[in-house]
Amino acid sequence: MSKEKLSGGEALMRSLQDEGIELVFGYPGGASLHIYDALFNQQAVQHVLVRHEQGAVHAADGYARSTGKAGVVFVTSGPGATNAITGLATAHMDSTPVIVISGQVKSHLIGTDSFQETDMIGVSRPIVKHSFLVQKAEDIPMIIKKAFHIATTGRPGPVVIDIPKDVTDPDYKFDYSYPKDIDIRSYKPVEEGHSGQIRKAAKLLLNSKRPVIYSGGGVIQNDASEELTSLVQFLDFPVTNTLMGLGAYPGTDKNFLGMLGMHGTYEANMAMHNCDLILAVGARFDDRITNDPAQFALSAKKIHIDIDPASLSKIIKVDVPIVGSAKTCLDQLLKELKKNESKLDKNKIEPWRKQIKEWRKEHGLNHQMLKDASSSEKILPQHVIQSLYKETKGDAYVTSDVGQHQMFAAQYYHFDKPRRWINSGGLGTMGFGLPAAMGVQLAFPNSTVACVTGEGSIQMCIQELSTCLQYDLPIKIINLNNSALGMVKQWQDMQYDGRLSHSTYEDSLPDFVKLTESFGHVGLKVEKPEDLESAMKKCFELKDKLVFLDVVIDEDEHVYPMLEAGMAMDSMWLDKKTKTWE
Amino acid sequence: MKRVIALLMENQPGALSRVVGLFSQRGYNIESLIVAPTEDPSLSRLTMTTEGDTQVVEQITKQLNKLIDVVKVLDLSLEAHVGRELLLIKMEFSEKAEAEVSNLGGQVLFKDDNLLNAEFVGTSEELDEIVTSLAKLNPMEVVRTGLSGISSTAKTLTI
Repeated sequence: MSKEKLSGGEALMRSLQDEGIELVFGYPGGASLHIYDALFNQQAVQHVLVRHEQGAVHAADGYARSTGKAGVVFVTSGPGATNAITGLATAHMDSTPVIVISGQVKSHLIGTDSFQETDMIGVSRPIVKHSFLVQKAEDIPMIIKKAFHIATTGRPGPVVIDIPKDVTDPDYKFDYSYPKDIDIRSYKPVEEGHSGQIRKAAKLLLNSKRPVIYSGGGVIQNDASEELTSLVQFLDFPVTNTLMGLGAYPGTDKNFLGMLGMHGTYEANMAMHNCDLILAVGARFDDRITNDPAQFALSAKKIHIDIDPASLSKIIKVDVPIVGSAKTCLDQLLKELKKNESKLDKNKIEPWRKQIKEWRKEHGLNHQMLKDASSSEKILPQHVIQSLYKETKGDAYVTSDVGQHQMFAAQYYHFDKPRRWINSGGLGTMGFGLPAAMGVQLAFPNSTVACVTGEGSIQMCIQELSTCLQYDLPIKIINLNNSALGMVKQWQDMQYDGRLSHSTYEDSLPDFVKLTESFGHVGLKVEKPEDLESAMKKCFELKDKLVFLDVVIDEDEHVYPMLEAGMAMDSMWLDKKTKTWE
Repeated sequence: MKRVIALLMENQPGALSRVVGLFSQRGYNIESLIVAPTEDPSLSRLTMTTEGDTQVVEQITKQLNKLIDVVKVLDLSLEAHVGRELLLIKMEFSEKAEAEVSNLGGQVLFKDDNLLNAEFVGTSEELDEIVTSLAKLNPMEVVRTGLSGISSTAKTLTI
């Protein structure tokens, strides 16, 4: 078979096609012009022109989180590359497969402080899973193959491919072929858990009287929701999800405790603190979960399944560490449990279930607040999320930004399916929600995509409204507008005697309805509780339109429960005046 | 506690910066670091000494293993091992200085009417003592390579 002669730019596009990529987000510039010319001359890969490179990376990230496939970004050198950094850090903290292909100045100019030159490999090093500086055109197919393999396997993560302009020179052609297999000698993620450890874990689970299953984003990333659900249902144990793990277990199921951690439910946090066994899967015991690690779940034995060995006993020493993929290990564990089914006594944990029910009754979240909304003076953020849930029948893709609105969405929208809740959990990136929603809507053109945001966050990537018009993306933006950086304000209220240092805007907010209209979309505003549901309905009835629903909410509402810093998980504020400790 | 970690990594641009960057990024200290290509030119071998308790060093080795460019990591402090470093010194030439070098087990590598260069090889502790002993001769410059190590067990750091 005669081989085809391709330039570096053409080889890049062909490699992406051979990798099955259909969608790229990006922004062209000097150093990536050869690449963009090669992109122009093919049809298989569609390109979405964003308005800022940060938007491109978040959009690719939203695409990746909702589909499980890698999201791909093209940026140019210098400012194009540095604008991608926040997106890369976001993807890195949440372990999502995003590949950023950055143009670089010509090889002979590297290191000379030439125009639009930035050491992208150096700048991005701490926030990528791996990176490649391409030195010759012939290396492109192998590097693309390796990049996708690294980004999507093991603990996923972002990869940067930095390509000097001369490497994509259209006049230099070489024999193209895309590698079938690759072998990276230093990278072999372990899928299967150690059988001895699995047996130990099963034994602990069967003997436990007060168990909790605590699962995180790893279960979603690894498409292991089915395995998790089967395991929980076999054992009939209570289960809680992290902010990143919502949807891994059906949010409406009776065994579900809600989210745990900083703004987790009372019953989830109390269960974690008082349990005698934790089975952690694809979660990493981070500071927003454990609160003070020295006081974390002291009476519990801990089993931890994670694909990343470095996550095991990093913060909390565990009794049974299991390295392996969530999917395979949960499957192994369920098989082991089934072998010992005779030893499973579901009545043994009945007092524990009762206790949890008691906790829920005492201080659980009120999911029926919407019913009484009309008697409320102002719209509460909880009303908005409950109305959104009702209107979308719990079946929307929901992206969010970062702050109070994010926590309210996580608490009050019940996610029954994985990959439906798309938010920046680890880095906490304001500006993530709208571009992430673009990625989701492009991946699922016929699905409902809502972006729950606030008037602070939305302004950080508002320029993408223009992209949404260009590509007809009918996203529904639900803006919880409390005229303040709500979470900052909450902390200032609680810890700084209400000194609101630079967390409000002194009447400088834009008219979001007019602003949206100027971008060619529909803007709606609602201020009264009695108008909320009809406004929400109207918003979703406009199926083919992007609608920006600006909801004026009570500016004094706080998110509760809230863990008290430096204490154990049972030390929570339950409202502005009530705390669980002395 | 002082720990000695040895590793093999891909001998390619950027690999070393990932290893060194990991230490600053995660707040670990590097006390000494020595690196050179191995007999297999695709690999470099690096030895570093660091401070930390067992849990910290376990986390360091896991994080190092996660780097795609790192092929294999060995915590030599968990094994029987030997470690040596090289010390080079420059002093004003005198017969007394030359005699002291030889007395301390060193080798004179260069001398003329004015200057003398010598080398010493030893464990870090031995070299510490040598530096102290030579201080009275007012050396003009002292340079140490940092520790290189190899295990004294059947376990090898090879692929």
